[in-house]
This record gives sequence, C-alpha cells and structure tokens, in this order.
Amino acid sequence: MRPSRTIDLSTGLFVLLGFAAILFLVTQITNREFSLGTSGSYRVNAQFENIGGLKTGAPVSMSGVTVGRVESIGFDMDALKAVVTLRIDGRYDRIPEDSDASIFTAGLLGGQYIGITPGGAEEFLHDGSRVEFVQDAIVLENLISKYLFSQADKGKATEPSPQE
Amino acid sequence: MTGLGAELLASAQSFVRTVGATTRFLLHLLALTPAGLLRFRLVVEQVYNAGALSLVIIMTSGLFVGMVLGLQGYDLLQRFGSEDSLGTGAALALLRELGPVVTALLFAGRAGTSLASEIGLMRATDQLSAMEIMAVDPMRRVVLPRFLGGAISVPLLTAVFIAVGLFGVQLVGVQFLGVDQGSFWSQMRGAVELGDVTEGLIKGAVFGVACSLVAVYEGYNAEPTAEGVGRATTRTVVISAVLTLILDYILTAIML
Repeated sequence: MRPSRTIDLSTGLFVLLGFAAILFLVTQITNREFSLGTSGSYRVNAQFENIGGLKTGAPVSMSGVTVGRVESIGFDMDALKAVVTLRIDGRYDRIPEDSDASIFTAGLLGGQYIGITPGGAEEFLHDGSRVEFVQDAIVLENLISKYLFSQADKGKATEPSPQE
Repeated sequence: MTGLGAELLASAQSFVRTVGATTRFLLHLLALTPAGLLRFRLVVEQVYNAGALSLVIIMTSGLFVGMVLGLQGYDLLQRFGSEDSLGTGAALALLRELGPVVTALLFAGRAGTSLASEIGLMRATDQLSAMEIMAVDPMRRVVLPRFLGGAISVPLLTAVFIAVGLFGVQLVGVQFLGVDQGSFWSQMRGAVELGDVTEGLIKGAVFGVACSLVAVYEGYNAEPTAEGVGRATTRTVVISAVLTLILDYILTAIML
C-alpha cells in the first residue's frame, strides 16, 4: 500500500498549504487585527452632526498612533445625530474623559479617521462612556459654498451690481 | 429561410435540453454527496489527482501573474506618483478577479480535461457498463468522487494562487522596483477587507463546482468512440472557460 500512502502525504500537504494560504489572506492582508483579540478592548460612543465619509473599520488614532477602530455607525432618532461606536484597544485604558474626538481626512484623497486629542481630566474613558467633545467631518462642498457665499456678500456690500 | 429557422429552433432546443440534463446530473450528484463523503478514500484520491497535481502549474502561473501585475501596476501608478498603492491594487485585483478566474481556467485545462477523458474512456471501453452489471453504481464509484475532488480542490488552489501571486507582486514591486515595503503592506491592510477574501473564495468554490460538473458530465455522456472522447475533452475546456467568465460577471454583480 505504498502508493496510497504517498497519495495521502501529498494530498495532506496540498490541503494544509491551501488552508495556510487562506489563513495568510485572512490575517495578513486584511485590517482585522483588532477583531481577533476583542476581549482586551472597550467601547466608547460619540455623537456627531455629520460624519462625512467615515466607514466602519476606520482607524481611531491618538497623536498619529492607531489605538482602535470604528466598530459601528448608527443614527440616533432622538438626538437626530450619528452615533459612532469606537472600539479602543485595552492597552490604552487611561484616555482622559474630556478628550475630544474629531473626524479627519488622511491626505487629500485618503479615507477618513477619528483623531482623539487628550484632555486633562482625572477621570478616564471606560466601556460604555461617551465622548462629549466632538468635531464633525469637514465636508469640502460646504466649505466651498460658504466661501463663495461670503465672497458674494462682500461683493454686494462694496459695489452694488448695476441691475439692482 | 424556413430551413434556417427550423435549424435554429432545433439547436435552441438542444441547448435547453443540455442545460436541463446537466442540472439533473448536478442534483443527482448532490443527492449522492453525503453518502459519497463517507467513502473518504476515493475522494482523497481525487483531491490528489485534481488538486495536489495541479499545484505546480497553479503556483508557477500565480507567481508570474503576480510579477506582471507588479510591473504593470508600478508603471501605471508611478505616473500619478502613487506607487505606494501598488499593494492595494494588486491585492484587490488578485483576490476579486485574477485569483479565482485564472485558477478556474487553469484547473479546467489541467484537471478538467483529464477527468473528462478518463471517464469518457471508461465509457468507450465499456467499463461503466461492466460496473453496472456488477451492481456497482458508476455515478457513486466513478463520477461522484471526481466531482467532489475537483470541487474541494479549486477554492484551495485559488487561495494558493492568490498568496503566491502576492508574493510575486511584492518581489517585483518592493525588491526590484523599490516601492517602500512598509507602505506597500500597510496600505494593503488598510484597504483590503475580509469581504474581499470571502468574495475570492466564494468565486473559487462556485467555479470549482461548475468546472468539475462540466468535466464529469461531458465525460460521462461522451460518445463511446475515440473521436467522441476527444470531442468531450474539447467541449469541457471550452464550456468551462465560457461558463467561468459568465458566472464571474454574475457573481461580481451580486457581491460588489
């Protein structure tokens, strides 16, 4: 029965190689590093007027260091605001309670992420607590329209157009 | 004119009949699957034939597809000064399209043909009838293990293809052309989601079932002549390839 054993050996190697490849794809090239060890992490909520293009899985960073991920995004019908749940790595368990969370854009065309600027309170954020100080995403169209309208107003104030 | 119309009608009819017969064949195989999995030995042998023996061609092709992707992607991206995104682009291309599709095409050429001609030759030399006389069901003994072996192998081969392909991209992009290693991997990790990996594996599984089904169906229903076996083999490759590409479009449209 030697040939049969060789077949078993190569088949086993092939199957193991296949699963090793799947494991590699799942763990090494996707952004799942936090979901594997969810036990050592805690959740924090934040309410925003406008989250722009923020997506679940986006990084939460403090001084540029990734400390967590956006776990879920929902809408609170009572407050009429977007509710973003952040999952923060348990290693960073002493973030002051009055820290503020802002939505930033990485680079000109990059994805959006949440930046936390530490405050000075003695109390720390813990599981289920809410970040009170937030800054919404900057929507480029709003900025442009604000700029254009302010220019138009200025134009009207200094020299009224001939039609009027 | 009526002759042409009748001919068209007849060929349309035979197409619909083939689709029906293939579907019935697939349902028959699926009904037998639980019992077939118990005869583990036969399936393992076919995973060896279809999968382990295809590994060399899959890995070689994967490496070179990845290397070409690295070269072409680099050339395109450096025009926009964004060669750091090479990893992202290549990983998504490999996971979503190139991995499953090229693997299925290679599988059809390497393993599908051998399945079809093997079963066809059994048909031509009356081995299948001989089994029936001995009260052995050739569907269970011959066709089912080959079908299962193929269907199990293709998703695994797809994963191997993608992993080796990424190595090829990394080899050309980072080692030869000097893309920064850190941003290559971190941008890839930032952009690739678990859904992309699942998409590739689901496609691989569907293509595996489709290509294996076509191969065993064509072999089982081959004309019992030398010419018939040859024709069945050709049809296997042609139908598998076209079916893979059509299914790819449908699956992409569903999952995107």
